[in-house]
Amino acid sequence: MDLELILMQLFSGVALGAVLIMAALGLTIIFGMLGIVNFAHGALFMVGAYAGVWVAEQTGNFWWALLLAPLAVGAFGMLIERFLIRPLYKRSVDDPLLLTFGLGYVLVEAVRIVFGTDGVPFATPEALSGVVDLGIGYFPLYRLFVVGLVAVVLLALWVALEKTKFGLIVRAGAKDPLMMRVLGVDISALWLVVFGLGVALTALGGVLAAPMRNVTPEMGTLVLAEAFVVTVIGGMGSLLGAVIAGLVVGVAVSMTALFAPEMATIVMFALMALVLLFRPQGLFGQSVRA
Amino acid sequence: MAMLEIEGLDAWYGASHILHKVSLKVEKGEIVALVGRNGAGKTSTLRAVMGLMPRATGRVRFDSTELLPRAAHERFKLGLAYVPEERRIVQGLTVRENLQLGLVASARKIDERTAIDEIAESFPRLKERLHQQGTTMSGGEQQMLAIARAMIAKPSMILLDEPSEGIMPVLVEEMGVLFRKMRDQGMTLVLVEQNVEWALKLADRAVIIDQGEIVHESSAAALLADKDIQDRYCAV
Repeated sequence: MDLELILMQLFSGVALGAVLIMAALGLTIIFGMLGIVNFAHGALFMVGAYAGVWVAEQTGNFWWALLLAPLAVGAFGMLIERFLIRPLYKRSVDDPLLLTFGLGYVLVEAVRIVFGTDGVPFATPEALSGVVDLGIGYFPLYRLFVVGLVAVVLLALWVALEKTKFGLIVRAGAKDPLMMRVLGVDISALWLVVFGLGVALTALGGVLAAPMRNVTPEMGTLVLAEAFVVTVIGGMGSLLGAVIAGLVVGVAVSMTALFAPEMATIVMFALMALVLLFRPQGLFGQSVRA
Repeated sequence: MAMLEIEGLDAWYGASHILHKVSLKVEKGEIVALVGRNGAGKTSTLRAVMGLMPRATGRVRFDSTELLPRAAHERFKLGLAYVPEERRIVQGLTVRENLQLGLVASARKIDERTAIDEIAESFPRLKERLHQQGTTMSGGEQQMLAIARAMIAKPSMILLDEPSEGIMPVLVEEMGVLFRKMRDQGMTLVLVEQNVEWALKLADRAVIIDQGEIVHESSAAALLADKDIQDRYCAV
């Protein structure tokens, strides 16, 4: 097997990982701040993809879809936090978990009713179709774009978290919400924004994935499993962990697809099992939540 | 009118009734020492004023604003600062970032750089450590940081829960000097302490709480002289 093929497959893995990162980041941010395991996360990824399809159809413009779908789904996420999840904070951790679990089913059914059960086609936008010569081979331009855009989003997130006042509040609020309250921070407003941000990220992942995966009401089920695997490998609540683990899983899946295609879907679960055996808190997780 | 006026304050943790009809007044520009045994209700009183008790009834007025209907974060914005017993320096943040946290939600417009420079002058121990992780400092230095963080937005009243606990005597003395200076600048301090003698020497007035009830109020000097009452309510 020649080196070029391996390199190309490596690059495919990075593109796959980029979408996984979008889904896993939201999951891990929401868990790290609010302590909520969002089982509706995959469904919201799917809603993001459908919202993207819809906006693209209405406007005839992929760029509007890329911008508006995550914003709209993020706003929808804020409504979910405000009216469904917030009343449950004072209860046991099972309650928000069950709520989001059920909400995932409701969203899938709702999309089936509105858009049908068959799934919808979503063509690669014209400006991004075709291939580019990477010197080692031809690579789909769209995948290159996905990697680039995710890199930009990650950089923007990093700057927002590390260099701004809002980021300082988020970082401190994740560690010690009670202290932030007595320092004057309205922590419920912060959680609302963070939940919305997490949902917007997964919705963006959904729009980006739409031309690469089949857009069906069930597409979120696999994404949820993948996002969980990435979060567990990276460490629940760790942003850096989600990024590294997303890339590792993406590359592992696509490499396995090359050498042992029948193993491709289970390799990520094998990786997760290994991590759980030797480092249960994940690569970048803390053993005890502060 | 008193700066802080507590009237008939009751507070609960779940089913346990912690504070019983607590009433006390704190005048502007004084240091009040709130003393009593472990579990007497000192911390709960501060927490109730800050809005951290799960349930509290009665009246608490600060600067003629009714506090109980307001959320904890709104009370801070009225000029009320709180230094909890556990200090709660935020892990993973530098000393400087911890100080910034004291400013992020301030109701006043305060220039961050100037404020940090000013506070660093008052706390020379923090000045050299601005870029160090807050939680890697000694207990005494973390306490200083917790106080500095509470002071940086220039609150009119500051509630301190056992600031001297587990701290070297030399730092405790330093802290006493600082508290007097803060009072002389017009700040009002409520000091919950186990170190009764130190607190009474520092304070203007003293209040004893026992089993969730106020049992004694006098000038700090009078209580300092009255060993009987001290033994009855404050002996460990």
